[in-house]
Amino acid sequence: MLAIRRRRELANPLVFFVIVVSLFPLGVSPDKELLSQMAPGVIWVTALLATLMSMDVMFRSDYDDGSLEQLLLLPGPKVLLIGAKITAHWASIGLPLVVLAPIMSLLLYFPTHAIGSLVVTLLISTPILSLLGSVGVALTLSLRSGGILSSLLILPFYIPVLIFSTMAINASANSLPVSGYYALLGAFLIISALLIPFAVVAALRVSYN
Amino acid sequence: MMQFIHKYGSPRYYYQWSKGWQKWLSIITVVLLVIGLYQGFFVAPPDYQQGESYRIIFIHVPAAWMSMFVYMVMAFAGIMALVWRIKVAEIVVGECAILGASFTAMALITGMLWGKPMWGTYWVWDARLTSELVLLFLYFGVIALHGAFDDPRTGAKAASILAIVGVINIPIIKYSVEWWNTLHQPATVAKFDKPSMHISMLIPLLIMAVAFKTYFLSLLFMRSRSEVLAREKNASWVKEILKEQS
Repeated sequence: MLAIRRRRELANPLVFFVIVVSLFPLGVSPDKELLSQMAPGVIWVTALLATLMSMDVMFRSDYDDGSLEQLLLLPGPKVLLIGAKITAHWASIGLPLVVLAPIMSLLLYFPTHAIGSLVVTLLISTPILSLLGSVGVALTLSLRSGGILSSLLILPFYIPVLIFSTMAINASANSLPVSGYYALLGAFLIISALLIPFAVVAALRVSYN
Repeated sequence: MMQFIHKYGSPRYYYQWSKGWQKWLSIITVVLLVIGLYQGFFVAPPDYQQGESYRIIFIHVPAAWMSMFVYMVMAFAGIMALVWRIKVAEIVVGECAILGASFTAMALITGMLWGKPMWGTYWVWDARLTSELVLLFLYFGVIALHGAFDDPRTGAKAASILAIVGVINIPIIKYSVEWWNTLHQPATVAKFDKPSMHISMLIPLLIMAVAFKTYFLSLLFMRSRSEVLAREKNASWVKEILKEQS
């Protein structure tokens, strides 16, 4: 919860998200039709990158000042502690992204009737991004240049989330049923929420070897 | 059971028993490769649609099978390394990552060479190609993480965790990519009814598949044995071996 005290650091990934999304019209073309077609992919890929950029915040400062080690030495289940850490990270990065994304989607001429599905997919999937990302960060914590390596490890795992989310948004833009995609994303969220904290605890143990 | 694992997993004993295995597996590999390649390239009839260029499957398909198989071996070795802290299993994880990445790259490259005359392009964003590419990225991740630590044992443990997380994720990635886009011809061998492939082509393919398995195992033994020696270079049994050699 220390995160709230350092708002500037928190805002950086969000500003990154806004800037990168607005780079696409400049780099590709300001053509309305092309942009509205690309919008789900652009927003989703940028959201992935913004989350990755913010991953380092999750454990880094606690690791540097030693408080993470103390937290791990506490009695009681470590998995809950890690779960709380990941939830806090999601609340500080994932939730703001959910709010920002619809606004940015307007800049890409995204059809307004599909914005609801954009918000829903982001709401279900950003916790998955935080969960999967935490494994990468925990594994590379004791390395000096862990940031880039951790993104390299984690990005392949983000692929299913990216696929299901953009498929749901595209289906909704074409007025097709979307509940199946939501169910798949939800299942993915439940599985990762159940399993990943254990992997993170194991990874932190290795980092503190 | 546990005694058995620890005995066969101790670096010294492993070094001894793997010697014979490595030798015989290497011999079997060479024999099978010669038979398989000869059968595949000269005996098997040309395909009625694809002509002679289909013959690359005798390398492509076994390599693609191996790319998945090696990941499974790696994850299994990862579990052994984390649960029972077996040094040899840690070494196997690292060697599997490199060998698996090579098999995956081989499957991708031969597939691209085949795709140019058949599909008219080296690359399509098709489900099987994409999931194979993702698999290659996963291997790169394990290799990078394995080499990133100063202490090789820490690196091996971190890589083991990543491999285990990856093995849970691979089916999810595979099916997500499959729903996303499919053009690749469906599997022609692993079907429950009769394989849709003529027996004269199937036999060399299966010989090649077995040859690739033994090839992998003999390479794995070869590489892990030298890694065992390097890691245990201060142990007395290694010094004795070195003395005998020189």
